[in-house]
Amino acid sequence: MTSLNTNSRAASHGMSDIRIRNLFIIPTILFLIVFNIFPLIYSLGYSFTDFRASSAAPANFVGLQNYRALLNDPFIWLNFAITAKYVIVSVTGQVIVGFGTAMLLNRDIPLKGLLTTLLLLPMMLSMAVVGLFWKLLYDPSFGIINYTLGLGSFEWLSNPDMALYAVAITDIWMWSPFVMLLSLAGLSAVPKHLYEAAAIDRAGPFYTFFRITLPLVAPILMIAIIFRTMEAFKTFDLAYILTSQPTTEVISIRLYKMAFQEWQTGRSCALAYIVLIMVLAITNIYVKYLNKVKER
Amino acid sequence: MRKTMTGLLAGIGLMWACGTSAQAQELTIFWAEWDPANYLQELVNEYEAQTGVKVTVETTPWADFQTKAFTEFNAKGSAYDMVVGDSQWIGAASQAGHYVDLTDFFNQHKLNEVMAPATVKYYAEYPSNSKKYWSIPAEGDAVGWSYRKDWFEDPKEMEAFKAKYGYDLAPPKTWAEMRDIAEFFHRPGEKRYGIAIYTDNSYDGLVMGVENAMFSYGGELGDYQSYKVDGIINSDKNVKALEMYRELYGFTPPGWAKSFFVENNQAITENLAAMSMNYFAFFPALVNEASNPNAKVTGFFANPAGPNGEQFAALGGQGISVISYSDNQEEAMKFLEWFIKDDTQKRWAELGGYTASAKVLESPEFQNATPYNKAFYETMFKVKDFWATPEYAELLIQMNQRIYPFVTAGQGTAKEALDSLAADWKATFDKYGRNK
Repeated sequence: MTSLNTNSRAASHGMSDIRIRNLFIIPTILFLIVFNIFPLIYSLGYSFTDFRASSAAPANFVGLQNYRALLNDPFIWLNFAITAKYVIVSVTGQVIVGFGTAMLLNRDIPLKGLLTTLLLLPMMLSMAVVGLFWKLLYDPSFGIINYTLGLGSFEWLSNPDMALYAVAITDIWMWSPFVMLLSLAGLSAVPKHLYEAAAIDRAGPFYTFFRITLPLVAPILMIAIIFRTMEAFKTFDLAYILTSQPTTEVISIRLYKMAFQEWQTGRSCALAYIVLIMVLAITNIYVKYLNKVKER
Repeated sequence: MRKTMTGLLAGIGLMWACGTSAQAQELTIFWAEWDPANYLQELVNEYEAQTGVKVTVETTPWADFQTKAFTEFNAKGSAYDMVVGDSQWIGAASQAGHYVDLTDFFNQHKLNEVMAPATVKYYAEYPSNSKKYWSIPAEGDAVGWSYRKDWFEDPKEMEAFKAKYGYDLAPPKTWAEMRDIAEFFHRPGEKRYGIAIYTDNSYDGLVMGVENAMFSYGGELGDYQSYKVDGIINSDKNVKALEMYRELYGFTPPGWAKSFFVENNQAITENLAAMSMNYFAFFPALVNEASNPNAKVTGFFANPAGPNGEQFAALGGQGISVISYSDNQEEAMKFLEWFIKDDTQKRWAELGGYTASAKVLESPEFQNATPYNKAFYETMFKVKDFWATPEYAELLIQMNQRIYPFVTAGQGTAKEALDSLAADWKATFDKYGRNK
């Protein structure tokens, strides 16, 4: 009814459906073409050239040379391996902590609303602030983490074997609330009568969790995992601010250095496409799995 | 109506005329965010008082400096009229046409004779020995050392040091002595450490730090004329120098794997280390009691000599260049004429800037002005720099990738790291067709 009224008001002002479409949809399409699709195609073109943005020399077509060089570069594969390790540690940690916290909050506890709000705070902070804040926390001389855990002058960020885990811990701290929030929504949607029926059948907590809770929350948990995997795959700020270890040089840092420090514009465009293809492939696998979970 | 229109047009015309003239009276210099940029702003305020031309020194943090400058250059933007750019940029910026050729200006004012030779070679000339100039040496700088005089002059420490090492405790004259002193003062139990060195591998921190050892050990990075690197960057001298740097890293405070100029000054101000490496440009903060509670007991020395007595230091500092896309090139050239005058250079030094003017550097007035100016003067005549080729950033990143794991984590050997680096650099020079 409201929309009819609005339409008729618009019509009375001479705004036909076609005009409204032209006014809103065409600018949006133009915006997408200019700022998304055009750069995408343009950069795809550059990925087949030896173009350097810092140079006055024209871009020469080099075919698949950039792709070949990147795929044969052991450093790039090392960057991908670091990224994969980071994604696995970080997303697994977030799912465990986030889902666990949601399970705890899905009970009748005092100050539940306040607690939930406070737990959401980390993900509202800027990445740069979180990076600098955790850098201080990890400091071996005066950081509160070593002091609290009695670790002496244990080096988190300077230790090449530990640095990636330190970054992942920070990411888990920051993004577990996101998983918690989605899990809470899923948990609250589980029909109560299922638990009552399980209780009548004297089902144990283990059985209840794996046969009722997890299958019903799984689709929404999968969505959280997809989002977090994509984010973790392209992580940059935290790793860049916290450390400069080669063992924390995830693929986006390598891409940044290649594009804006080395000015290998053509090659960095090729790398960006390789990363894009990988993210798309991973996301597709997840989506297929998500659909299977939904069908069950 | 006609009267109104005429008035309106006249007004617009006047505004346009005033606007153009106001634009011509303003210049913008782009530089990194640090004390010398503040000194330069003070200096150019005097230029405005004399000429009426307003000059603004616009700054950005060091971490963004290169990216921001080159992004603007690549966009052919006219936001900046001049830039005080890093010495390594000169190849990339001149070949890409970002910098105005200052060869005629250089020759006309005989700047070859006016400025310290090393500053002309590394800040202004590209390619090496080509007699083509792209910058005017502006901020001379090199790496030197600060130390805790009170720790060094403590009679008990002096006695203990002599008993352990067999010679007097004093500012080191060689890298071997520096290693002994670092080891002597390294006492983690007391939260006191031996030495603070550059380790940050995100730009040129670690590379510049290691260069101090390599150059003083008699090593070179390569042949800047022929681009030959194999047998030079991985020479025995450089291997020994890198091993020494790794050894010194063992005497740094905990968590020292991403440290550059800020942390190295903190090592002195926070009572962390006995000696600290840093560019001379950061030393004013160490003699200022407001920023350094240990200012009265902080001493300075030049980069020590290597095992064969050779003594060099890594060059810092920058030259000032006119940007090709500036709308005010003529005005910028007038400013440079003023900047190179003897009086201006003297005033630049008085304000805290490190003049490159040989005449000012040699004057007793300059050398006695601060506790570190003499060491600076001595160092500026024995400096060497990194590659200034257009692909310098790739070379920097490759060097960081190879030497950082060895220096900070002891992965592999110095020889392996430098052999791999030689191969990386050769491949890079092959890629750009530089090998002759």
